[in-house]
Amino acid sequence: MLEHLPALQVVLPLVAAPLIVLARSTRFAWLATTVVSYACLVCAALLASRVADGGAISYALGNWPPPWGIEYRVDALSAFVLVAVSLTASFVAPYAQRSIAAEIEPDRQYLMYAMYCLCLAGLLGMAITGDAFNLFVFLEISSLASYVLIALGRRRQALFAAYQYMLLGTVGATFYVIGVGLLYLVTGTLNFADLAERLRMVQDLRPVLAALAFITVGMGLKFALFPLHQWLPNAYAFAPSMATAFLAATATKVSVYVLLRYYFTVFDPAALFERLPTREIFLLLSVAAMVVASLAAVYQRDVKRLFAWSSVAQVGYITLGIGLENQAGLTGSITHLLNHGVTKGAIFLLLGGVALRAGAGAVTMETLAGLGRRMPLTALGLVVAGLSLIGLPGTAGFVTKWYLIVGALERGAWWVVAAIAASSLIAVAYVWRVVEAAYLREAPAPAAARREAPAGMLAAGLAMAGLCVYFGFFTSINVEGAHAAAALLLRGAQ
Amino acid sequence: MSALAPHFSYWVTLFLMVAGLYILIARGNLVKKLIGLAVLQSSVYLLYIAPGKLLGGTAPIVAAGFSTYSNPLPHVLILTAIVVGVATLALGLAITVRIREAYGSIEEDEILERDRAEGR
Repeated sequence: MLEHLPALQVVLPLVAAPLIVLARSTRFAWLATTVVSYACLVCAALLASRVADGGAISYALGNWPPPWGIEYRVDALSAFVLVAVSLTASFVAPYAQRSIAAEIEPDRQYLMYAMYCLCLAGLLGMAITGDAFNLFVFLEISSLASYVLIALGRRRQALFAAYQYMLLGTVGATFYVIGVGLLYLVTGTLNFADLAERLRMVQDLRPVLAALAFITVGMGLKFALFPLHQWLPNAYAFAPSMATAFLAATATKVSVYVLLRYYFTVFDPAALFERLPTREIFLLLSVAAMVVASLAAVYQRDVKRLFAWSSVAQVGYITLGIGLENQAGLTGSITHLLNHGVTKGAIFLLLGGVALRAGAGAVTMETLAGLGRRMPLTALGLVVAGLSLIGLPGTAGFVTKWYLIVGALERGAWWVVAAIAASSLIAVAYVWRVVEAAYLREAPAPAAARREAPAGMLAAGLAMAGLCVYFGFFTSINVEGAHAAAALLLRGAQ
Repeated sequence: MSALAPHFSYWVTLFLMVAGLYILIARGNLVKKLIGLAVLQSSVYLLYIAPGKLLGGTAPIVAAGFSTYSNPLPHVLILTAIVVGVATLALGLAITVRIREAYGSIEEDEILERDRAEGR
């Protein structure tokens, strides 16, 4: 049983989805989703502990040995991503019951759960597979499911947001598969370990460089690398609450993981970073994202759009570590996959509760007015997660920034340190707008009664906000995991 | 011409790729954009399949009298990619239908205009 864990990790949600569609019962759908989400977390935790003890696990799917068959490969990095994704899922699934009941028409609710399970299966599959083409298939499974999740939003803008995301997302995935095709034409293999070995000799061939460019731009579109982020603010703003929370916490992160996997374990990092301007490109784009997207966030009226813009900025922090390319910088990047996941997850889960009580379609600054009186716990959770976005010491966000700053100092890149500080100050500005609306503005009279979000939703949101603080003080999960993953990536580099 | 001839399948692939991307960016009609997307995806099918074919090669079944075999793997991969492409196109068209119901238009600028008019 235990040796089949890597397969179970993906198969469980993948099988749950059609079962939910067949059963056509909302109650069963929610139950199955929750059970599967927790089972995935257990699988991921077991895999992570086994990898930490005994090194990478290789699983030959269908017993076809790699490189001929599809290999599932769990190493320190993929185990970390598996834990991050399934941890988010285990908070979102219990939350979904009330949230979906409030936002989706009754006859469509079970389909929403099915899409969520497919999306989860796709994301976990991307993180676990050791095969370049299999990764494309999982990428498309998760992407197609997420387009549907977004299109199910209540307002009609959700449809157009989903369409635009679908267009750009498919171009991204197609670019990725063009890159894989070129690599396959050069090397004749699709297995990551095999590819890496064969690419050592031919790293400077033009098709390999073209493949590198296609994969970079393709995945950049998927994780909203500045300036390829145009689809993100609308998609996050108009999606149903539960979909926003889940996608914001996981989808972009897994795509960054794919880029890390290619840059450090498939392509020859020495050639990539010494002979090409990779470092400069990633530093510049990341800093631009951190500053420009944060500034854009300050001027939003819709609160979900505000935090969506902040997500673009936070992706900048994650990619910054690629540009720094040292142990501290990469640790910062990888730990931010989890730290930002819990932070943004908490914010969007809590905003879902606000939207439910407000009844209106959009959560604007006016909706937040007087929130500190009406929904004190929700407001408190938002403040805690907001502080983590800013990077106050004692929160998860601080841990990330600490490592990134150490990494930047090791490179002697003072201007990057200045950019991190500037971006944090702008984050103070947009988080303050939320705090100001919640605590200092008077609520409009009829809505002044105190009423929190339903218990299940509130608990999930507050628990995630609690994780922001937990990961700020007890770093045994987020930093040690990321540290091992970064060491693994850099070992490939030497 | 002699330089182009040995690689003509690549030129066709490249043309489809660029043409698909151009339609996708330049057209405002949501259905036409999807057609562009489909053309772009078709170019990928060609990129994989064309180099898998050897002149005089047969299906990879070992039999007397045949020594040259075509590579079957690209075909299998692209079968999967075609399924993905069909699913994407179906979803895209379904969303387009819903957009038509909600906005009464499938022209990008008209939809954006109506969103602006609503003053979100």
